[in-house]
Amino acid sequence: MTTSTTASTARSVARPVLVGAFWLVVWWLAALAVGQRLLLPSPAEVGARFVELAVTPGFWETVVFSLVRILAGFVLGTVLGTVTAVAAARWRAVDALLSPLVGAVRATPVVSFIILVLIWVDSSRLAVVVSALMVLPVTYAAVLEGVRQRDPAMLEVAAVFDVPLLRRLPAVDVPAVLPFFAAACQVGIGLAWKSGVAAEVIGLPGGSIGERLYDAKVLLESADLFVWTAVVVALSLGVEKVVAALLRRVPSAHAASRPAEAVPR
Amino acid sequence: MIFVRGLTVSLGGRVVLDGVDLCLPRDGVVAVTGPNGSGKTTLGRVLLGLIAPQAGSVTGLAGHRRAAVFQEDRLCEHLDAVANVRLVLPREVPAAVVAGELRALGLTADALTLPVRALSGGQRRRVAIARALLTDATLVVLDEPFTGIDADGRPGVLAWVAEACAGRSVLLVTHDLDDTARLGATVVRLGSGEGTPEQPMSAESAHRSTPAVRSSGSSSGESPVRPA
Repeated sequence: MTTSTTASTARSVARPVLVGAFWLVVWWLAALAVGQRLLLPSPAEVGARFVELAVTPGFWETVVFSLVRILAGFVLGTVLGTVTAVAAARWRAVDALLSPLVGAVRATPVVSFIILVLIWVDSSRLAVVVSALMVLPVTYAAVLEGVRQRDPAMLEVAAVFDVPLLRRLPAVDVPAVLPFFAAACQVGIGLAWKSGVAAEVIGLPGGSIGERLYDAKVLLESADLFVWTAVVVALSLGVEKVVAALLRRVPSAHAASRPAEAVPR
Repeated sequence: MIFVRGLTVSLGGRVVLDGVDLCLPRDGVVAVTGPNGSGKTTLGRVLLGLIAPQAGSVTGLAGHRRAAVFQEDRLCEHLDAVANVRLVLPREVPAAVVAGELRALGLTADALTLPVRALSGGQRRRVAIARALLTDATLVVLDEPFTGIDADGRPGVLAWVAEACAGRSVLLVTHDLDDTARLGATVVRLGSGEGTPEQPMSAESAHRSTPAVRSSGSSSGESPVRPA
């Protein structure tokens, strides 16, 4: 390893640590300035509360409860979004029928869905349905765009050589759509957690993170609120990294992935 | 035998092929030359079924299995050379056989281990050639197949291609008359205002055993190529 490479690696490790430390200091100073635990607990108070909660069995049961349901919603929305997008790309009529519906779902406030879905399903399954509804339009739009952006030259090759669909898919179609799909997953995971936890806060299924957040608000336990919020952020980022690692194992024709910002939300 | 009669193709409002006649023998190479924009590639694309002509007909295509070296390499960038070729071959063709043919075309053992996006232009072209000619296609369109192949490697590639073309109908699009001679191709020239072959090209004359460069003659309102 050269000196410049070593220095570059050190910088890439040190930078996020320094940035994190900077914001912790800002938080700590702000908590000192406010001087009221109720309004803004310090990082040390939140850390201590996290340690207290983490050793209780109920903490991890709560984490698993919400994780399973929100992940299920993400997977359901992703699968439905992908299947409908492929159908829309294949049949114009499907696109004509689905596009306005997906647009309406995307534009509808998440609380409207939460209240509506709460009438239809049990609160324990609310997060699954709401997360799926939030993820579906993102995946639909991204995959549809990816299918449409496939290289026509490679499709001609497949047509001329009469390559069967099952061999064409991994060689031509999947690598072309994958960057769009990956970007949609990245956006979709964040959306699933935001909407899923919001649904839990309103639906209050027993043993969920949303219920714990609601309790923290009612009992004015600001440190608990910060802890559970941090848990949601950590879970969201963790799932995002796992999904990204899984998708990296799929070969892609495109060296650079499409940035998440470019995905229609 | 494949017969092209009165073929007319317009692209983007411009007439690219205007009443072209041509015949491709069951076993032989017909090389199409002509200036840029004369419709050489378009003619190949019609034979491959990628463009529908506005007028004219192409008969004798039924039952043909098609393959092509396109003007661009058109490879799956994330796959290695062997995987690119095997993509269009029956599953039972062993990777070792494909690798052997690619080596015969001049690819090094190291090059075979890399995704094709890491290969040079000449190496990629060899992969595209192998992909087309290792198939059992009976109709092959080779659109400037030797572009980017270095002078040292060219004779070997030409010899490999000449052998692989035997027994097939091959349309070669090229600017290089040396290549056509080495492939024993019958040469026809496309291009508006370039005239017609000195003599109409019969089905018999369009045979690799009778290589001939059809020079331009006087333009008398006939289509540029009148083979039959």
